[in-house]
Amino acid sequence: MKLALPPGLRPRLVVAFVLVAALSELITATLTFRQARSAILDRTQNGAVHDLRLQIDSLAPDLPTNPTDTDLRIFARQLDRASGSRGWHTGVSRDGGPLIGTAGDVSNALRDATKSGDTTFYERVEHADGHRLRIGMPINYTGRGKEAGKPSGLVVYAVLPLDGERADISALVNAAWAGAVPALAFAVVSALFAARRVLRPVRQLRTAAEKITSGALDTRLDVVGKDELTTLTGTFNTMAAALERDDAKLRRMEANARRFAADVSHELRTPLAAMAAVTDALDEDARSGTLPPDTADALLLVSDETRKLAGMIEDLMEISRFDAGAAVLHLDDVSLRTVVHKTLHLRGWREPDEVITELPGDDPRVRVDARRIDVVLANLIGNALRHGAAPVTLRATATQESLVIDVADDGPGIPEEVLPHVFDRFYKADAARARSEGSGLGLAIAMENVRLHHGTLTAANLPDNGAVFTITLPRTLRQEDQP
Amino acid sequence: MTRVLLIEDDPAVRRGVVLGLSRNGHETEAVGTGEDGLDALVAFKPDLVLLDLMLPGMSGLEVCRRIRETSRVPLVILSARGDDIDVVIGLEAGADDYVVKPAGAAVIEARMRAVLRRVAPVQTGTGTGAGPTQVGDLEIDRDALIVRKHGEELPLAPSELKLLLFLSAAPERTFSRQQLLEDVWEHSYYGDARLVDACVMRLRAKIEEDPRRPAYVQTVRGFGYRFGPLPA
Repeated sequence: MKLALPPGLRPRLVVAFVLVAALSELITATLTFRQARSAILDRTQNGAVHDLRLQIDSLAPDLPTNPTDTDLRIFARQLDRASGSRGWHTGVSRDGGPLIGTAGDVSNALRDATKSGDTTFYERVEHADGHRLRIGMPINYTGRGKEAGKPSGLVVYAVLPLDGERADISALVNAAWAGAVPALAFAVVSALFAARRVLRPVRQLRTAAEKITSGALDTRLDVVGKDELTTLTGTFNTMAAALERDDAKLRRMEANARRFAADVSHELRTPLAAMAAVTDALDEDARSGTLPPDTADALLLVSDETRKLAGMIEDLMEISRFDAGAAVLHLDDVSLRTVVHKTLHLRGWREPDEVITELPGDDPRVRVDARRIDVVLANLIGNALRHGAAPVTLRATATQESLVIDVADDGPGIPEEVLPHVFDRFYKADAARARSEGSGLGLAIAMENVRLHHGTLTAANLPDNGAVFTITLPRTLRQEDQP
Repeated sequence: MTRVLLIEDDPAVRRGVVLGLSRNGHETEAVGTGEDGLDALVAFKPDLVLLDLMLPGMSGLEVCRRIRETSRVPLVILSARGDDIDVVIGLEAGADDYVVKPAGAAVIEARMRAVLRRVAPVQTGTGTGAGPTQVGDLEIDRDALIVRKHGEELPLAPSELKLLLFLSAAPERTFSRQQLLEDVWEHSYYGDARLVDACVMRLRAKIEEDPRRPAYVQTVRGFGYRFGPLPA
């Protein structure tokens, strides 16, 4: 199983600090513990061996050369009595024989070790009721006989409890634990502190980056100190400055381009106004039959194109208003049915030959800018009639939250590669294609109008045939001070 | 035949509009500045003024205000500007309607006709000849087309008068702004509703005691306007 690292720098730092602190604590405690334990035990052991030796040396000379079991038992009892605070129990064995005394049993290993030599051996054992130190101490002959200094074959075994020492050692363990807790706490605190030191600049960088993302390109950070993060902060500031510069440049260029478009359309309007004022007169004379046919044709051409040009300029001005943010919503509660039918009626579109409407039966009142919705519907239906095939189906559904209007046609649909661009300004599916009726701005204007309503406008192809444009408008628009 | 005063600084537009107007049988006096326009207003005595907003010297808005100080002549703004704010200010200054340039002669003609028609289409059940009706402090005389307040005749511009007559013919009935646009201004359903708002504002300034708390022309939020009911 893979251990998942906690996310984030701070928890990781804390974990790392705690791990290092715990490890060093463990090593220190283990070494200290081992050292102190063996020191305590060695001292106890040496003391016990020394005391036992003293007692044996003082009591053994009283034993007969060939002591009976009774002598040995008395000897062991005497030793027991002399144990003092050590509280040992002794037993005597002759030539590896059974133990005489109160020592209980001793291990064969200890017996084997002491059997032949004259060296003292000991072992520590863990017993059910505590730790024990067992000492095996051979007795040598004393006196001045020729046997003096040689092993007598008698071995005294002493068993003594190490409970006091155990208590000392466990106190040591407790002390080690008690020391570990503040050390770990200290590790956590210093980890948090270190994390803070590292993370504060990181957090500042993050906040600044978020600000820049949300558009505040003038965000800069204070450069304090001389570490790697300071360098990063400096680089960040440089980057922000570069971004701001480029952004300002792009904005200026875009604003210039837009202003140019607006200015051009505006300048074109005045001569167009003069021309438009007389197109009706031209039409009238051209159709009167009094002019030569060529002149009449020329006049009709001029007046038609003048009208188209006027429409185009109108659309350009409209787009410029959107670009300048000067377009405002004038909301009204209107009947959806009325809005749709007025749009069809004004354009002279016939039901159901050209347009089929499927509206909700309860005729909901919708809160929209009726003039703008009229533009959207007219542009979508006009587009469908031009590029699709009649009849166009307009289907509206209203829920509590939104109003959805589909405008679908029966035509060939929109080619896949054109679909993402249908709302682009002046987008022509085929560059070589003849100029269409519209200005090339109709769908872009429709999109802007829907956006102004905080709605969405999407284009798609129907599974079988034809294209469908879907308007989704929220029904919760509010505007103060409108009747 | 209508006597039209055209105040327009661009010579080409002036020529074009004059040509279009005279084709429709109107007698037109065209001037290039606001000052000349104010002079011509007295000398030419037009039945209707077509006013460009962008004028050298005295602005179109100022001309609009000056004309309204002395005259109730129907006033239509010719606006070449895209920014609608000027149109709104012009309407608030007392213009009755506006036409956005470029506009064909037919469009201008239609707007002129609508403004010149002295009364709105009569609503069902309100015949003429009933004599003046008294509503609160207002006395509305549908035959003489005169509105008096405390016995004093109010100088209402044509659109204001038409709107008041239309609304007061059906007291307490609410009309949407689209409906008012169609019936009073003869615009399409999708005309500029600000025409209505600006006209209501001007009308209230003239007939209401407190235009901020109107008693005669009341706002029905979300629906439109209605005449009355007067507070008891």
